[in-house]
Amino acid sequence: MRAPLPRIVITGLGLTAPNGKSLAEFRANLLAGVARISEIDVRYMGRYPAGVCSFDPLRYQKKKDVRVGTRAGSIGVYCAREALADSGIAVDALVKDRTGVFIGITEHGNVETENEIFNISKYNYDTKFWTHYHNPRTVANNPAGEVSLHLGSTGPAYTLGAACAAGNVGLIHATQMLRLGEVDLAICGGVSESIQTFGIFAGFKSQNALGSHPTDINRSSRPFDKSRNGIVISEGGCLYTLERLDDALARGAKIYAEISGYCINSDATDYVLPNPVRQAECVRKAIAHAGLAPSDIHLVNTHATATPMGDIQECESIRAVFGADCPNTYINNTKGYIGHCMGAAGALELAGNLPSFTDLTVHPTINVTELDPQCDLPGLVINQPKKIERLDTILNNSFGMLGINSTLIVKRFVA
Amino acid sequence: MTKAECHKLVLDIISDIAPDEDLSNVKPDVRLRDQLQLDSMDFLDIVMELRKRHGIEVPEADYMKLANLDSCAEYLIPKFAAQGK
Repeated sequence: MRAPLPRIVITGLGLTAPNGKSLAEFRANLLAGVARISEIDVRYMGRYPAGVCSFDPLRYQKKKDVRVGTRAGSIGVYCAREALADSGIAVDALVKDRTGVFIGITEHGNVETENEIFNISKYNYDTKFWTHYHNPRTVANNPAGEVSLHLGSTGPAYTLGAACAAGNVGLIHATQMLRLGEVDLAICGGVSESIQTFGIFAGFKSQNALGSHPTDINRSSRPFDKSRNGIVISEGGCLYTLERLDDALARGAKIYAEISGYCINSDATDYVLPNPVRQAECVRKAIAHAGLAPSDIHLVNTHATATPMGDIQECESIRAVFGADCPNTYINNTKGYIGHCMGAAGALELAGNLPSFTDLTVHPTINVTELDPQCDLPGLVINQPKKIERLDTILNNSFGMLGINSTLIVKRFVA
Repeated sequence: MTKAECHKLVLDIISDIAPDEDLSNVKPDVRLRDQLQLDSMDFLDIVMELRKRHGIEVPEADYMKLANLDSCAEYLIPKFAAQGK
């Protein structure tokens, strides 16, 4: 008989979102219904709504490191340092070779490549003006590598490319590495610098998938609203410290939650369009992996990005799993506040809901003026926070292009 | 271009590529790497900025001539002079 797997717990987190650079600020804004979307200049395209973070990179990095590195690297360093501080682990006390860094990314390198092409355009495209920093900035492991360089951690440090499912994937991979005994501390989650690449904006625009609002920029992202018209691209990051329960208890760590179950699967049907059957399968498998039934899930955070079709398809998958037999299951969404933080989305959205274990409050899905009937899910919390009597489990969905689906379930920690 | 002007030109570049460094007391006859936190990538930055800002090419074989401010001046002043500066 197989020995039980080690229990894995969340002992710290650091984040930067467009509407908050700490969990306390982020959560307060989620409960108060405060969205923060800006208008930015996108190279070659003009002004578009985007989620912009306001953290100070120089809080932890030197000016030179900010200049030489990438925005994703700076986001990673900020979130890692905040997470370590939150967990009560001093950087100097890290067991360097037993610390792993696992960061989910939607993409990396577009920003830096576009910047260099723009730079050499000013020199008649003469490549002798191409920066020697191009390769270290654009290698796919860059954000994790910058965290490792900053911390001096010498264990495994790499990114996981998983489109917009990446934030969950970072946490899931870290859980697996801890259970395998490959590391003793995992710094994990997701980051995104995507607002600095015009290519992402232009690509979504060509898909007719960029969100906007005629009068109120903070309503540009409105999942489940009948008038939703697409994604607001955002930057952000959220990294957690994960540890095996025994280690966390031994050092008297604060415990936010326990990893309960997860699943990553693939649609294998389309480059872009989601497949609700495979999404539902992913959610069911995660629930089974946690040893739970759908009715045991108290809060579902949806991935819905406010595209007309994607939201309906996710609602279809959620209906298929939870049906009408889960009266204690509530559903919300975070993208109305912060847009789509891409590789950071799953990790950030989970963080925004973790305080629910303490305050027994579900933050609402905002910007819903007229609920799309096809998105009218039982238990959907819209526009006002909802106090509930019991909240022991959170299920976090994150899906991405090329049909990658991820579902992560965390539960209230009980010794 | 005077020696002092050339020192200033090089220090201006260094202030951009190593913005955390205090450049107020850089000794002109001491290796830059011995008094500042500069690595090989930073020296490539100095070479790149001389190319971008001043149209000066420094072949790899001459990199050693950028070791300190005085050697920079000795090497660069004739190149600027060739440009009529």
